[in-house]
Amino acid sequence: MMAIRDELQNVQPVKLVVDGVSKWFRTRRATVHALDNISLNIHEGEFVCLVGPSGCGKSTLLNIIAGLEMPDTGQVLADGKPVTGPGRDRMMMFQESALFPWLDVMDNVMFGLKLKPNLSPSERREVAKYYLELVGLSKFANANIHELSGGMKQRIALARALAPNPRVLLMDEPFGALDALTREQLYGDIQRIWQERKKTIVFVTHNVREATCLGDRVILFSPHPGRIQEKFGVELPRPRDINSVALAKYSTEITRALKRHLNPELVEVGE
Amino acid sequence: MVIAFFALLIGVWEMLVRMKIWSPVLVPSPLAVASYLKGALASGDLERATLVTVRRLLIGYALGLVLGLPLGLLTARFKFCEATLGVIALGLQTLPSVCWVPLALLWFGQTEAAMLFVVIMGTLWSVVIATDNGVRTVPPIYARAARTMGSKQWHTWAKVIVPASLPFIVSGMKQGWAFAWRSLMAAEIYVTILTGFGLGNLLNYGRELQAMDQVIGIMLVIIVIGLLADKILFSPWERFLYRRWGTAKS
Ligand SMILES: Nc1ncnc2c1ncn2[C@@H]1O[C@H](COP(=O)(O)OP(=O)(O)O)[C@@H](O)[C@H]1O
Ligand SMILES: [Mg+2]
Repeated sequence: MMAIRDELQNVQPVKLVVDGVSKWFRTRRATVHALDNISLNIHEGEFVCLVGPSGCGKSTLLNIIAGLEMPDTGQVLADGKPVTGPGRDRMMMFQESALFPWLDVMDNVMFGLKLKPNLSPSERREVAKYYLELVGLSKFANANIHELSGGMKQRIALARALAPNPRVLLMDEPFGALDALTREQLYGDIQRIWQERKKTIVFVTHNVREATCLGDRVILFSPHPGRIQEKFGVELPRPRDINSVALAKYSTEITRALKRHLNPELVEVGE
Repeated sequence: MVIAFFALLIGVWEMLVRMKIWSPVLVPSPLAVASYLKGALASGDLERATLVTVRRLLIGYALGLVLGLPLGLLTARFKFCEATLGVIALGLQTLPSVCWVPLALLWFGQTEAAMLFVVIMGTLWSVVIATDNGVRTVPPIYARAARTMGSKQWHTWAKVIVPASLPFIVSGMKQGWAFAWRSLMAAEIYVTILTGFGLGNLLNYGRELQAMDQVIGIMLVIIVIGLLADKILFSPWERFLYRRWGTAKS
């Protein structure tokens, strides 16, 4: 039992330093300059949103932070240590849930836990139950993935990402495929969970309103090559309501900045 | 209802025979077939032949799977294996597996090994191709998600890539089974192997003796074995696929 309490305790969130990261993709036809000399400091426990039109390298940067891809120049430091590959301290969530259909909900959440040493099977089960509870789906522990709605899938994916108790959560347009109502519920949940579990979160979206609702900071990217264009601090109390007037003021300002540099129809202002 | 249907079917059969439209030598009555089966069971011939056939089938099929699965993984994983083994598999899969029988006889003579070889060749290429296909259609995001959770090479293959390919692998297994079963029957009808008379041999003797009751009786047994194999070997997998994926892809 003791081990579980330790396991569920909040871990120190990570300070991330992105230091001069550039990345090119060479395909047979062309070379794409996906990221151009990106530098960014993300504080311990900060909620940072990366915003920009598609193709500006947001996913690429997230993959590099996750260690799934290597930068061509520069490096990413997690608490001062260079990232050289994927690690349990940095969990990733994708737009499609990437849940495994051959496992039920419980076994999906346990997937990462089973790879974590020093836990007994019953402890893993306890931990998984805790996170299913946290995302409000403990009743669905034995459900099959295809039986879940899109919103439920993303909740389970969140539980699966949280279960190994990472120090950073990397989220790549996790709510992009969901309807507006479901998304609004998840905005509340993710803010609550972030405050409860004290994670550093890097959240990618192309929805300015969403970024303003969730982020301590919003980082604007521009494409060809992917660059940081502008950074905004969002100083609004939490939990934030995406429909509030104060929030709309911020997001209008950010949207305007986006349009200054970009082809306006590439940008989704948020409904 | 179902029972009534089959009862009716047998009834009509019996009636047609009694009307003597065809010679009873060519169309035996259901009773004659039943009495042949009873006699063959009592003498133990039928059980022995069934055992011989089923053993060849199961051993050959198991070997085919055990070889085919890793070969399919190799062709999906390595460009070199794809260009060599993959091409061979693709070619040989189009070869009707009966065509292996003459070659097996030349290589192995009239032995048990020849029979096993035919069954393995029937199974192997289907399984290789299906596994290869399955692996290639696994969404890359699965492996990436697994890697972030700490899964490495072997673990990723065993716990992500192979299970994600299951719908394809199972349908490859079914196809391999069908090929193996057909080619084994052909081989048994074609040649007599002294180490064991299979169902195919019994069927062929029926023809040589002009014993239509035996021919039809053995055909029925072969059908029943096919149905049972489907139930026992594949139903559990298909139920699993249906439960987890929500669709039966095979
Ligand atoms: N694996 C890859 N191979 C080739 N080009 C890629 C690859 N991944 C991304 N790119 C290219 O890099 C650019 C940035 O992509 P991405 O990071 O996915 O942008 P975003 O997530 O902001 O939409 C795009 O032009 C995309 O086509
Ligand atoms: Mg993207």
